[in-house]
Amino acid sequence: MKNGAQYIIDFLLKKEVEMVFGYPGGQILNFYEYLGKSQLKHVLVRHEQAAAHAACGYARATGKPGVCLATSGPGATNLVTGIADAYLDSIPLLAITGQVNLNDIGKDSFQEADITGIVTPVTKHSYLLESLETLPEVLDEAWQVATSGRPGPVLIDVPKNLFLAEGEMTDSRQTLHTRKVKKADRTEELMPEIMEALRKAKQPLILAGGGLVTAGACGLLIKLVEETGIPVVNTLMGKSAYPADQPLALGMVGMHGVAAANLALSSCDLLLCLGTRLSDRITGNRRQFLEEACIIHVDVDAAELQKNVDANYYLQLDARIFLQRLLDEGNFKKNGDIAKWHQQISQWQQDYPLPTTFDGLLKPQEVILEAARQAGSQAVVVTDVGQHQMFVAQYYPIGRCRNFLTSGGLGAMGFGLPAAMGAAFGRPEEDVLLFVGDGGFQMTLQELATIREHNLPVKIIILNNSTLGMIHQWQNVIFKKHYVASDLPALPDFAKLAAAYDIPAVTAAKREELSQVMEFVLKTKGPVIADFRVDGEELVLPFVLPGGKPQDMLGRWQGETHLRSFSRK
Amino acid sequence: MRHTFAVLVENSPGVLSKVAGLFSRRGFNIESLVVSETEDSSTSRMTIVVEGDNRVLEQVGKQLNKQVDIIKVNDITHEETVERQLCLIRVSADQSTRQEVLQITEVFRCRVVDIGRKSLIVEATGDETKMQAIIRSLRPFGIMELVRTGKVAMIRGERNKGK
Repeated sequence: MKNGAQYIIDFLLKKEVEMVFGYPGGQILNFYEYLGKSQLKHVLVRHEQAAAHAACGYARATGKPGVCLATSGPGATNLVTGIADAYLDSIPLLAITGQVNLNDIGKDSFQEADITGIVTPVTKHSYLLESLETLPEVLDEAWQVATSGRPGPVLIDVPKNLFLAEGEMTDSRQTLHTRKVKKADRTEELMPEIMEALRKAKQPLILAGGGLVTAGACGLLIKLVEETGIPVVNTLMGKSAYPADQPLALGMVGMHGVAAANLALSSCDLLLCLGTRLSDRITGNRRQFLEEACIIHVDVDAAELQKNVDANYYLQLDARIFLQRLLDEGNFKKNGDIAKWHQQISQWQQDYPLPTTFDGLLKPQEVILEAARQAGSQAVVVTDVGQHQMFVAQYYPIGRCRNFLTSGGLGAMGFGLPAAMGAAFGRPEEDVLLFVGDGGFQMTLQELATIREHNLPVKIIILNNSTLGMIHQWQNVIFKKHYVASDLPALPDFAKLAAAYDIPAVTAAKREELSQVMEFVLKTKGPVIADFRVDGEELVLPFVLPGGKPQDMLGRWQGETHLRSFSRK
Repeated sequence: MRHTFAVLVENSPGVLSKVAGLFSRRGFNIESLVVSETEDSSTSRMTIVVEGDNRVLEQVGKQLNKQVDIIKVNDITHEETVERQLCLIRVSADQSTRQEVLQITEVFRCRVVDIGRKSLIVEATGDETKMQAIIRSLRPFGIMELVRTGKVAMIRGERNKGK
């Protein structure tokens, strides 16, 4: 005989869950009682939001599902931001929440919230456990749903009395999945046409999305590019899908994409989109996106196909299977056209590089460049959300799959610190570099305590410009310098704050001390905070205004001091 | 345009609100919705009529298809279907008009299911156009109350039930 709590714990252990991130409370105490007696490691966070973000950080860094726990009511609602983040970035996450007794549900009991109702639009599925007998089935199905196809978050809400209820439970029977009617598979029909289109293209381009990372297809992509010579641009989520040091890696496209990458995107005659949902940050105006080019869209989620962009060929398929088929049957030969295309692209790279020398106040970009110079392309890099996130996406060369963790779709400020913490738990042998703004850092900095407690090697690099940088930028460019609520007054002294948590810290504002300070950050064992005071007026450029086309970039094109729209040389 | 979706779902709580949520989130007003158990008591069949942009509705269909507890989504707008809805109409009918009202109900093969001193309740079944015709014909007498079910639909002809 087992009770509900024991069954859940045994199930997680059986699935080789190493640790769960959580925060206790009244309705989940029964679960904690047995958790404390089990082999399953529990990480006590300091706020439930961080439990969800940390579990996501763990999942992003390892590829294994993250698990988070919270109590009913406020505990559960605090998870929601992290759950929504996992939903938009397709991260496998299992959230288990306590709920009031079955008999008390719907009576506005103390700390009661309809959490399954609340999370319905941001989970792949959610369950309110209604009897002990269904527990094995629910757990098994929840696990499958979270990890299969396009992964995502699943929540199981367990009424307090069911943690303690005992019964003989046999492992799960048939699951609901089998009732789905399979749609006709168009792979065989489309593959020859897609390969023919690829062979014929004169200026082909690959758009690498986060789906490649999920599918574990990064190695295959490298092979395909070697064979075909097709250059690669990436989305924000696809940043770690293709090593930045490869000659045909052009970098990120979209709103803050690298100029040469955006130009390649707007000029290609064929775009092979792999594991991307073609978000508005990439396409700008969806209806006018690459009207001339042949678009091939491959995604594991059928609902993403023909959603934002009309593709010439679209195929519901796992990116790894797709790439393997191309490699097996493609017979690609590099032709003269591809060399011309490469030439054109390198010309753009030469003409419109990202700036690498700076003067005046210390710039966020140089801090990132220095970190990259010292930590190298193999480091695990985590960002928060905002200007610094875009600068890291543009400047930090990521050399390995799953080494770039960012809140892409939801863009949740406060993600960085807890996610870096989760990544450090998941990859204990490696240092984790966190880039975070002064705004986002203040949203979840309570987790410094958790990081201190476990002595996690999270290198916290604060790009402190005393403003909400991206808001400031938009108010500067779009709202004609009418700044509202984008300055952050009364900033704490982060070094003193670090001292309060007993974490070593350093503050720097000068270009000359950059290299030495970075060395200190990377050499210090365990956690460390570096507060870099950087220029608050710096803009992330290029900047494609919302709804624009990829080539409609605002920038300072020839060392000019004013912003202007891009015009082709 | 107006679409009819036939959605086969697991007979479990929360499915209805999930389906309704996916439509409402994109700003679609569900015109009619019928849910009931099918021949298999573990599944329910929803017939949803909704008006909106084809492209976006196709998206909604795909999103529905992804849900764990939704087994099958069919857009049967362009299929040949048998459609029925049921309508109860309380219509004014006193001594002077009763005969005429009864004649109309006969023409449309409706049934009179209740008779009061000053009114009748008429039960009508049929497709949308028939419903509208009946309502139009009875309106001059004074419709005091009207309730309609949503539409239920079934595709015509032999169907292999895919297992």
